[in-house]
Amino acid sequence: MDVRNLTFLFYGFLAAWLIVILYVVSIAARERKLRQELDRVKRLVEEREVEQKRL
Amino acid sequence: MRQKTIYILCGIAAVLLTWNLYKVFMVEPDELNQGAIYRIIYIHVPSAMTCATGFFVALLASIGYLWKKDLRYDAVAAAVTEVAWVFATIVLVTGSIWGRIAWGIWWAWDPRLTSMLICWLLLVSYLMLRRAVDEPNQRARLSAVLAIFTFTDWIIVWKSIEWWRTQHPGPVLSIRNGGGMAPGMEAPIYWNALALVAFASALVLLRWRQEGVKREIDALRRYAHAL
Repeated sequence: MDVRNLTFLFYGFLAAWLIVILYVVSIAARERKLRQELDRVKRLVEEREVEQKRL
Repeated sequence: MRQKTIYILCGIAAVLLTWNLYKVFMVEPDELNQGAIYRIIYIHVPSAMTCATGFFVALLASIGYLWKKDLRYDAVAAAVTEVAWVFATIVLVTGSIWGRIAWGIWWAWDPRLTSMLICWLLLVSYLMLRRAVDEPNQRARLSAVLAIFTFTDWIIVWKSIEWWRTQHPGPVLSIRNGGGMAPGMEAPIYWNALALVAFASALVLLRWRQEGVKREIDALRRYAHAL
């Protein structure tokens, strides 16, 4: 069996799974960022609402 | 409910992919002319099928947005297009690696490869456009038009191996009247396609949820500024 043939087959599958893994990691990172951003904006709204009530 | 669906889809994909990897590497024989490298078809073609499914769903969601002006359709189109782009990247990369062994070159400017590259670039421009435009309705309208345009390019990609003589192989699957593969060798392609579509659907659900959170953040920001 041609070893080079098998090596490139391995590269092919490796590349495909690497792309998928990188994308899943990027989704997880974005999820974390969005949750933090949502919490921050919610706090901002609460602060503004308290300020409004004081005025 | 959505979380449960994501887990179920990932479970289905994991079981199918594991079974198929066993079949592809342990049961299927080498191809007579190409040897072991032909097995790339089991990730290349299912990725293309997943990509095609994504383009079709993005087309429907984009038409849905232009018709109803409902941003939820835009969120579906955005989520699906991004996942389709990931699988389009896999198609290009695995195809190129196969070409290096089968043709002796990484790339050929033939109609199939070139139209697929254009399709990939259109997907990149779709994703860049979404980052560049802030106003949600304008972003959704422009994105919908680009998604519809990308689908028309996908039709060229799909039919290119019938319309022109290409370096890329002609149709080999029996569903396209190719008949170039033994039925036993063809079946894992469809099972892998099913597995990848299930996995891609889980990713789309995750991205769709994120698009919902983004809309919520935008709405809260506008409310905070109005106070």
